[in-house]
Amino acid sequence: MTTAVDRDALRTTQRAGDRVFSTATIVAGSLILAVLAAVAVFLFVQSVPAFLAAPDEFDSGFTNFWEYVWPLAFGTLWSAFLALIMAIPVAIGIALFISHYAPRKLAQGLGYIIDLLAAVPSVVFGLWGIGVLAPMLQPFYSTLVEWFGWFPLFAGPVSGTGRTIFTVAVVLAVMVLPIITAISREIFLQTPVLHEEAALALGATRWEMITMAVLPFGRAGIISAAMLGLGRALGETMAVAMVLSPSPQVIFQLLTSQNPTTIAANIALNFPEAHGVGVNILLATGLILFVITLAVNMLARYIINRRKAFSGAN
Amino acid sequence: MSKRIEVTDLNAYYGKFLAVEGVSLTIEPRSVTAFIGPSGCGKSTLLRTLNRMHEVIPGAHVEGEVLIDGNNLYGPGVDPVLVRRQVGMVFQRPNPFPTMSIQDNVLAGVKLNNRRMSKGDADDLTEKSLRGANLWNEVKDRLHGPGSGLSGGQQQRLCIARAIAVEPDVILMDEPCSALDPISTLAIEDLIEEMKANYTIVIVTHNMQQASRVSDRTAFFNIAGTGKPGKLIEYDDTTTIFSNPTVQSTEDYVSGRFG
Repeated sequence: MTTAVDRDALRTTQRAGDRVFSTATIVAGSLILAVLAAVAVFLFVQSVPAFLAAPDEFDSGFTNFWEYVWPLAFGTLWSAFLALIMAIPVAIGIALFISHYAPRKLAQGLGYIIDLLAAVPSVVFGLWGIGVLAPMLQPFYSTLVEWFGWFPLFAGPVSGTGRTIFTVAVVLAVMVLPIITAISREIFLQTPVLHEEAALALGATRWEMITMAVLPFGRAGIISAAMLGLGRALGETMAVAMVLSPSPQVIFQLLTSQNPTTIAANIALNFPEAHGVGVNILLATGLILFVITLAVNMLARYIINRRKAFSGAN
Repeated sequence: MSKRIEVTDLNAYYGKFLAVEGVSLTIEPRSVTAFIGPSGCGKSTLLRTLNRMHEVIPGAHVEGEVLIDGNNLYGPGVDPVLVRRQVGMVFQRPNPFPTMSIQDNVLAGVKLNNRRMSKGDADDLTEKSLRGANLWNEVKDRLHGPGSGLSGGQQQRLCIARAIAVEPDVILMDEPCSALDPISTLAIEDLIEEMKANYTIVIVTHNMQQASRVSDRTAFFNIAGTGKPGKLIEYDDTTTIFSNPTVQSTEDYVSGRFG
């Protein structure tokens, strides 16, 4: 008799809480995949007519979709790249200052201000770009073109309004700064004290300690933070649409009045007047943006995983 | 290479809390000195004042003098960074840099002083330091592999190799074996015995057998109660402390009749 009782006690009993929890996590996990798949399918189905569209469906003299989307894809990547180049060093600097240099009270206040920056809507940044930043930077651009015009990126003629891809990049940099800073700060604060003390005990100065222990430990986190920032910069619509008057070409010059625009801004500007295949063409550019973002994230994942054994996670 | 340490009337604070009070002792060169005592009695705190690691903790500060061959570590204008290059440290838990290879770990401290180092010199120093830490034979085929892939005992010996690579005068060890199994512990104890020829070694330990096995002199610390400062109770030759201590509380502690 007793053995029978024992056997009953050993049988797995599914408790209600466990079942609810596991169902909830499975649903949540599947939901994200389903949403992503739905978006991808929608974009792809809507894009097919654009790939097959006749040459006269495109304006500005383009004859097929790929010719049309290439300058936009370029503008998207170029502006986001410039923004990241500006934002990442500043963000890491701020994050290090908050996590390792500033007195605790100052660090807290600064942290709040950075988070506040993330809450500013992008339309406001766009207005700031047009109203404040562009006129403010214009004289600087003139000087730059005058003195460094021989350098291809700074070739003239200079824009009279200051509304250039460079201004856009500055606006985007300010927009992505908070997210990169916030994540980097969290990562830096998690550096094991053990490793920091190991560096200090070897006679490292504070900066040497940061390069030996903090930055290598935070490497994967910094890359992830930069990717989140990049995602925002790639998809940013309003700030770019407001600042730039686009010309659909591949232009590397940063300071002229001829500037490439981005996919997202192009959709926002042209969607209200689009009809027929025009809508499909815009949606197809959206598909390209989707693919670019995916590719960039996969690249980042690959970079993070490449030196996994040295990551400090084990 | 090894130097005498003289501690005079040392008080160590965490903020306003006095953790160690009125410690004076002299540590001879080329010897092993053990700090023993119950948890919270300030052994580790005192150890960390000997290379100015104590002040790394926010609010922590020190009063009194620590002389290494006559030079006060806490004198005006003394750079703690330079102090730490002379006084190496091994921590309670093995802490090789996880992002560096085994060789880079060994050379981490050296590269701070001397960034340009020929590959031959670097390899020689790596081998010398790893041999000095009795680790060479176990890792010579994977010097470029991650340091975090080693066992706990190997990691701790890697940390010792890293500490001796910069050729310090003194090596401080803060319970270096408390996270290790008995065999790894034995390996480290043997190593301490060999290193004594070249370095002044100070070791904090909770293991009294370890103190009696490895050390020449032993300092016993105690606290009167929670929140009270830790004090040096007795400091003498290890054999005296363990066989014939003069203070009653020392005898109670080493014979296990504590409290």
